[in-house]
Amino acid sequence: MREIFCDEIISTVKRLFMEANTRLGDDMMAVFQRSTETEESPVGKEILGQLIENANLSRETGVPICQDTGLAVVFLEMGQDVRIVGGNLIEAVNEGVRQGYKEGYLRKSVCHPFTRANTGDNTPAVVYVDPVPGDRLKIIAVPKGGGSENMSRLFMLPPSSGKAGVLDKILETVRDAGPNPCPPTIIGVGIGGTFEQSALQAKKALLRPVGSTNPDPELDTLEREWLVEINKLGIGPQGLGGRTTSLALHIRMLPCHIASLPVAINVQCHAARHKESIL
Amino acid sequence: MTQMIRMTPPLAKEDVIRLNIGDKVLLSGVIYTARDAAHKRLYDLIQKGEELPIMLEGQVIYYVGPSPALPGRAIGAAGPTTSYRMDPYAPTLIANGLRAMIGKGKRSKEVIEAMKKHSAVYLAAVGGAGALMSQSILEAKIVAYPELGPEAVWRFVVKDFPAIVVNDVKGNDLYMEGVKQYQRT
Repeated sequence: MREIFCDEIISTVKRLFMEANTRLGDDMMAVFQRSTETEESPVGKEILGQLIENANLSRETGVPICQDTGLAVVFLEMGQDVRIVGGNLIEAVNEGVRQGYKEGYLRKSVCHPFTRANTGDNTPAVVYVDPVPGDRLKIIAVPKGGGSENMSRLFMLPPSSGKAGVLDKILETVRDAGPNPCPPTIIGVGIGGTFEQSALQAKKALLRPVGSTNPDPELDTLEREWLVEINKLGIGPQGLGGRTTSLALHIRMLPCHIASLPVAINVQCHAARHKESIL
Repeated sequence: MTQMIRMTPPLAKEDVIRLNIGDKVLLSGVIYTARDAAHKRLYDLIQKGEELPIMLEGQVIYYVGPSPALPGRAIGAAGPTTSYRMDPYAPTLIANGLRAMIGKGKRSKEVIEAMKKHSAVYLAAVGGAGALMSQSILEAKIVAYPELGPEAVWRFVVKDFPAIVVNDVKGNDLYMEGVKQYQRT
């Protein structure tokens, strides 16, 4: 067994959230740059330029990319030969979030659903632990903003709907979301599994680097074809019209019940933030 | 025709009547912030006929929940939040003198009608460009509801704060017009 100390988890989670909120990934910067060249709308082009300027400014000043620094979603891929010592794993993650959101001057966006009273430290984090082979712990920090999360949807389709039915629901979701989720968006789609599993797959789909190839050739083809369909909607940057409605569509698929066809669509704004580290 | 227009709140009806969708506006002076919980409180006070913590007449409300200021800065990231959540309250605020709103995303039919009736406009700022927008905010202080945290009402002093006219007083909607132009069906 390899021992990993909670202190190390705390400091890593803290650093990842501070970095995720001020350093947009190279994949996003590259795709912004490419889209400024292909966008036909002059307003759209100008907005894409401002997004690049904003990301650069955030990197230089430490002011977050977006004021919504997100609900702290954390994916842990934990080797089965790892033993956590010096405390409780989930509490360590929450402590990392607490420290990171304080020291990074990040907005605390977590509240009671009804009273709306803010918890004050951006906890509790949303933590998922997946057991994997080996003796390492991979930590993926994903600050998820509310504006785009609110536009996400889940459908339990009749199984006969097939691919066409799934595409219809994706287009319906993106069309209805319009300007609200801060387009250009990244669309994470989870197909199959159960009700709750499809949603989790959709969120995990957002973690793949934008512009990367789907390892499944069938899904890779669907991603490319369906992205073209999304961008025919004309919504464009900030919903003011244009060709760049979504920068990427990422799909994950799982087998499902013979009676079911769950489809979850997790909408991600242009500030597609995530950082990871391996202990 | 799009044009660049400089404006300083408080705004008169005449100031906003001349605006058309697609116009770029640069605001300088004082604007206020209010989002979900603050809107509910302002609305409730108006319903009860009680005094508001800010005078609405001619004012501009920016829908934002800023992140905390780093040392030496007036404010943290301060981009717009999605406006539809303010829709249930906005017509009442507009009827009580609110002249302009800044946010992102579509407004309801009721809000658009209230803007036509009382001569108010809706402006969009670039969503998510929080670091960039913060550059235009020179001063920031909480004037009401500090207990709401990021949802408190702030008074911002801004210089050349950029926004685009999305709904003018004639009932036009840039979101609809812009998308129509680039749609391929």
